Amino acid sequence: MNLYEWLETILFFIVLLAMVKPFGAFMARVYQGDKTFLSPVLVPCENLLYRVCGVERDEEMDWKRYAVGLLLFNLLGGVALFSILLLQHLLPLNPQKLPAFSWHLALNTATSFMSNTNWQNYAGESTTSYFTQMFGLAVQNFLSSATGMVVAIALIRGFVRKKTSAIGNFWVDLTRSTLYILLPLSLVFAIFLVSQGVIQNFSPYKTVPLVQPVTGTTTVKEVTIPMGPVASQEAIKELGTNGGGFFNANSAHPFENPTPLTNMVEIFLILLIPGALTQTFGRMAGNPRQGWALLAVMLAILIFAMGVLYWAESAGNPLVAKLGVHGINMEGKDTRFSLAGSSLFAVATTGTSCGAVNTMHDSLTPLGGLMPLSLILLSEVIFGGVGTGLYTMLAFVVIAVFIAGLMIGRTPEFLGKKIEVREMWLSMITVLTSGILVLVFSGIAMMVPSAVASMANPGTHGLSEVLYAFASMSNNNGSAFAGLNGNTVFYNLTGALCMSIGRFAPIVASLAMAGSLAGKKYVPPSLGTLPTDKAPFALWLALVILIVGALTFFPALALGPIAEQLMMIR
Amino acid sequence: MSKHAPQPISIFDPRIMRPALVDSFKKLDPRALWRNPVMFAVEIASAITLVTFVMSLTGANKEPAWFTGLVSVWLWLTVIFANFSEALAEGRGKARAASLRKTRTNVTAKRLKKPEFGSSYETVPAPELRKDDYILVEANDLIAGDGDVIAGAALVNESAITGESAPVVRESGGDRSAVTGGTTVIANAIIVRITANPGETFLDRMISLIEGAKRRKTPNEVALEVLLIALTLVFLLVCANLSPLSIYSVKAAGQGTPVSLTILVALFVCLAPTTIAALLPAIGIAGMDRLFQKNVIALSGRAIEAAGDVNVLLLDKTGTITLGNREAVAFVPVGGHTEQEVAEVALMASLTDETPEGRSIVSLAKSKHGLQLALPADAENIPFSADTRLSGLNTDGKQYRKGAADSTVAFAKGLGAQSIPANLGEVVDKIARAGATPLVVSRDTEILGVVNLKDIIKGGIQERFQQLRSMGIRTVMITGDNPLTAAAIAAEAQVDDFLAQAKPEDKLRLIKENQEAGYMVAMTGDGTNDAPALAQADVAVAMNTGTQPAREAANIIDLDSNPTKLLDIVEVGKQILMTRGNLTTFSISNDVAKYFAIIPAMMLSIYPQLETLNIMRLATPLSAILSAVIFNAVIIPLLVPLALKGTKFRPMPAEKLLIHNLLIYGVGGMVAPFVGIKGIDLVVASFL
Repeated sequence: MNLYEWLETILFFIVLLAMVKPFGAFMARVYQGDKTFLSPVLVPCENLLYRVCGVERDEEMDWKRYAVGLLLFNLLGGVALFSILLLQHLLPLNPQKLPAFSWHLALNTATSFMSNTNWQNYAGESTTSYFTQMFGLAVQNFLSSATGMVVAIALIRGFVRKKTSAIGNFWVDLTRSTLYILLPLSLVFAIFLVSQGVIQNFSPYKTVPLVQPVTGTTTVKEVTIPMGPVASQEAIKELGTNGGGFFNANSAHPFENPTPLTNMVEIFLILLIPGALTQTFGRMAGNPRQGWALLAVMLAILIFAMGVLYWAESAGNPLVAKLGVHGINMEGKDTRFSLAGSSLFAVATTGTSCGAVNTMHDSLTPLGGLMPLSLILLSEVIFGGVGTGLYTMLAFVVIAVFIAGLMIGRTPEFLGKKIEVREMWLSMITVLTSGILVLVFSGIAMMVPSAVASMANPGTHGLSEVLYAFASMSNNNGSAFAGLNGNTVFYNLTGALCMSIGRFAPIVASLAMAGSLAGKKYVPPSLGTLPTDKAPFALWLALVILIVGALTFFPALALGPIAEQLMMIR
Repeated sequence: MSKHAPQPISIFDPRIMRPALVDSFKKLDPRALWRNPVMFAVEIASAITLVTFVMSLTGANKEPAWFTGLVSVWLWLTVIFANFSEALAEGRGKARAASLRKTRTNVTAKRLKKPEFGSSYETVPAPELRKDDYILVEANDLIAGDGDVIAGAALVNESAITGESAPVVRESGGDRSAVTGGTTVIANAIIVRITANPGETFLDRMISLIEGAKRRKTPNEVALEVLLIALTLVFLLVCANLSPLSIYSVKAAGQGTPVSLTILVALFVCLAPTTIAALLPAIGIAGMDRLFQKNVIALSGRAIEAAGDVNVLLLDKTGTITLGNREAVAFVPVGGHTEQEVAEVALMASLTDETPEGRSIVSLAKSKHGLQLALPADAENIPFSADTRLSGLNTDGKQYRKGAADSTVAFAKGLGAQSIPANLGEVVDKIARAGATPLVVSRDTEILGVVNLKDIIKGGIQERFQQLRSMGIRTVMITGDNPLTAAAIAAEAQVDDFLAQAKPEDKLRLIKENQEAGYMVAMTGDGTNDAPALAQADVAVAMNTGTQPAREAANIIDLDSNPTKLLDIVEVGKQILMTRGNLTTFSISNDVAKYFAIIPAMMLSIYPQLETLNIMRLATPLSAILSAVIFNAVIIPLLVPLALKGTKFRPMPAEKLLIHNLLIYGVGGMVAPFVGIKGIDLVVASFL
């Protein structure tokens, strides 16, 4: 890495680490209903909302009521979005007169935005109207993020509370997530992005003459530039680890991500809430060290993956080198962002379940591409999605604690809560659901001729594309190895299935675990209790995450990126 | 550890080996194997390879028959080894149960018409006895069932149950009234009220426990099984996923052959956590058996595991922390007398006293003061009585006495003593404050001094408490002593806390408070008044000498009636969990090496470049796969001794213990198969 890259990378992590603690503390105050600096303005709004919706703010729910509320709310959101997509041609703010979505694409897209995946089997500028973007997709971007966050908060309450069935009020948690956290931050950062050149308008697409006409079989003299309310959507895209780009090129598009500064800010937004939630957790659990331990595990794996990715890309492609083109592999990367800026974006967007891209993952070297793919396959816990990262990580913690507890001869316990049969079932469901979906559906895809035909590059790379697609959808990431043509009935439907199961099975399991844990009594720590906030346990946790991931996917990866890399270098 | 513990039978003893071998095959019955889902899956896998083997023979399968045949053989062996380890663990218990069962056969009982001596009786077979029947048991009769002695007292030989050959006294009333079916009355006759119906007696429960017939999986075991089943399911899908992926890859690469069913099945078995799944039942059974060798019967596996989690240990002072008897350690003169005089008088007052305290006074006087007094011919023994609360002897017209301060003073005054030494009160107080018992000695009207009778803390007990502390277990001493004495003993024994002047309800309250605070509480007890507290405690150890209610309230019974056994029980409880955890880690870590053996081998024909992953440089794809399968099978019998003996437990802080075990079983688990598979491959390749 050159000096500039070192500086931007180190500065980035310093800022991130400086921000997670105060912001995590802020979120803890919000969810506990304490006063914050936003309270004078927002408490009246909050109360008004409750009055209009008939929500009793002090009424607590057991896990079943919480889960039913969450599922119904998401179903409603999904149906609303589905309807908007099908009726797009009849709705306003459609200057390009874009037609309605096909039913299966609408189903896939509605599921995708409802589940915080933002898998896009379409190109935004040529398919979606401004109305769809603003009132359909962006609304889901806020609500699906808030949904993930409330599940994490409910699970934290499960660990913290004693002998109760109450894990909070879904409506109150949802309102606070949106009102206090997502909306203000999106507002601030949208304005910042506008200042950097991100557009925000309702104009029809502009046709402008090319500075330098291109001559091929015909001569092209002008180009159509898509317009739209981009900035308002851009901030929540990163902040809520949604990742659905306004344009097909996503954060590689200059209207979405114009400068190296916006690039770093967007990465910061991707990691901010997932990182800070570890601190919210530590604070609410009364053990800040525990939050730091989880963050350390995430950070270590993220930085490792970034290092490998950077190394693989800078080593370049020996097959291209034979043609006389040496140096780093620049295919699919934007020269505006340094290699470090691209690598960091790639691992941040896949370690979290964001899925926005400023680099085409399909064009990475096989080993480089293995990093984003692996980060997704680790069940999205390396920071992970907003909320989803924390609750999935906590499920891994439960499993790690269980084995470690046995190894020291005690009934395993975490934060004073005994880990028993029920918790094992639920954490296994949380952790393994996405992996099972990937294995089942990538296997099925390989047997369906039409699915195989969607590959842009048959062979090891095509296999990686399919694997990446199902990994991305099942783990609610949304990024793609873009070579695959996903807008087919097969991928739209299997994708919708993967995204909804991959999203809601772990959510219900986590809420059930919250309920089960909240009902338990607290076991005070003793010398015989395993400290879970120190380096040895953190290391063990990292190993469990890596081993579970490796054991599940090594064979498939061997036929994909690993074989491809070996074929490239030998 | 008791010297009377039953002789452990070696697992290599043919009496255990032979039935275990037979059982290993019997347990292949899918209906039995179903209880162990992972091994059940392996059995199905083995059956599939049997089919592919037959297909190889007929030519329907292109793989060489030697390969499919050997894979099939080793997969079947994997299941058989698993069954064998379980059968071996059960074997010892079965042998013991068989000998116990012998004592149960052909017992008859003398059923009384009325519960009194001299009443007429009828002779009935033991199985006809019911609760609340009264039976007469005379010398050399076998007691036909569990019950309470309601009249008489007898010497009972309980060796059938405890292995202890010295007979014990069982008498009506008090804490020694319980008798166990299968034991023999040696002298005297007693009337016993039967308290358990046939099939529910202690002996019956013991036999079924030892045989493992009623062995239920503990919650922890079930939770671990959840983990293992989930992993197995994932590995099943991994293998299922590989089939279409490899078929596609063959088409895309234009070379090679898709991964065959035999190899997929072999991969599945190698990846599935077979090592821990195979040894899991044996670990639990062997743990109970280890306790049994220490003469402790756990009435459920749950109780042993709970023992591993105990945070608070309630221990009776007497017999656990201190030797049951106090011992004289000093003679303290009062009122101008000399130490020698006190020793002489104390010796005289104790010459006929056969209690351990009395004997300790004699031995102290002899050893420290060189006194050699023979028992005078005219000595008249004055035994301790509840009225006078004094003991001693009369000789040569003199009355030698010893006793509590107030009773001795009262006695002297009764004889006409004019003055009592002024410093007596001070000396007595001082001794009491130090946690000892002051015994005042007198000759006629004269008060000469005080014997300091001290509670003797058991040797090495401080170290054991230190060990417990380092394991995070708090010890609380329970005693009927006054708080002053209790505090002094607690300090000397280094217990963490004490409960003085404890009444049964105080014990119950203490347990409830601790449980309320989230702690797991263990206690030992033997008296009927301990029963409520025993029933409340998470781990309740009853002494076999205890009463029936105490034994019923407990979940662990110590046949030696040695309260320090709790420490052994805690240790075994931890060992069981640790062995499970360690073997799980070992089993999963193994998969890393197995992948490096099998993955390149199975895909080499499609992408020859994957040879790079063959870091063990295994000879051929088939030998690599076969070696992994063989390693996976033979590791089971190799680890059987570890599963039966349990991981060694060293008391140390949790974090250190974790690192220690991770290094051995985690890192070791990754390295061992690399070495093992390579070694096996060298052998296999030499035959190719």
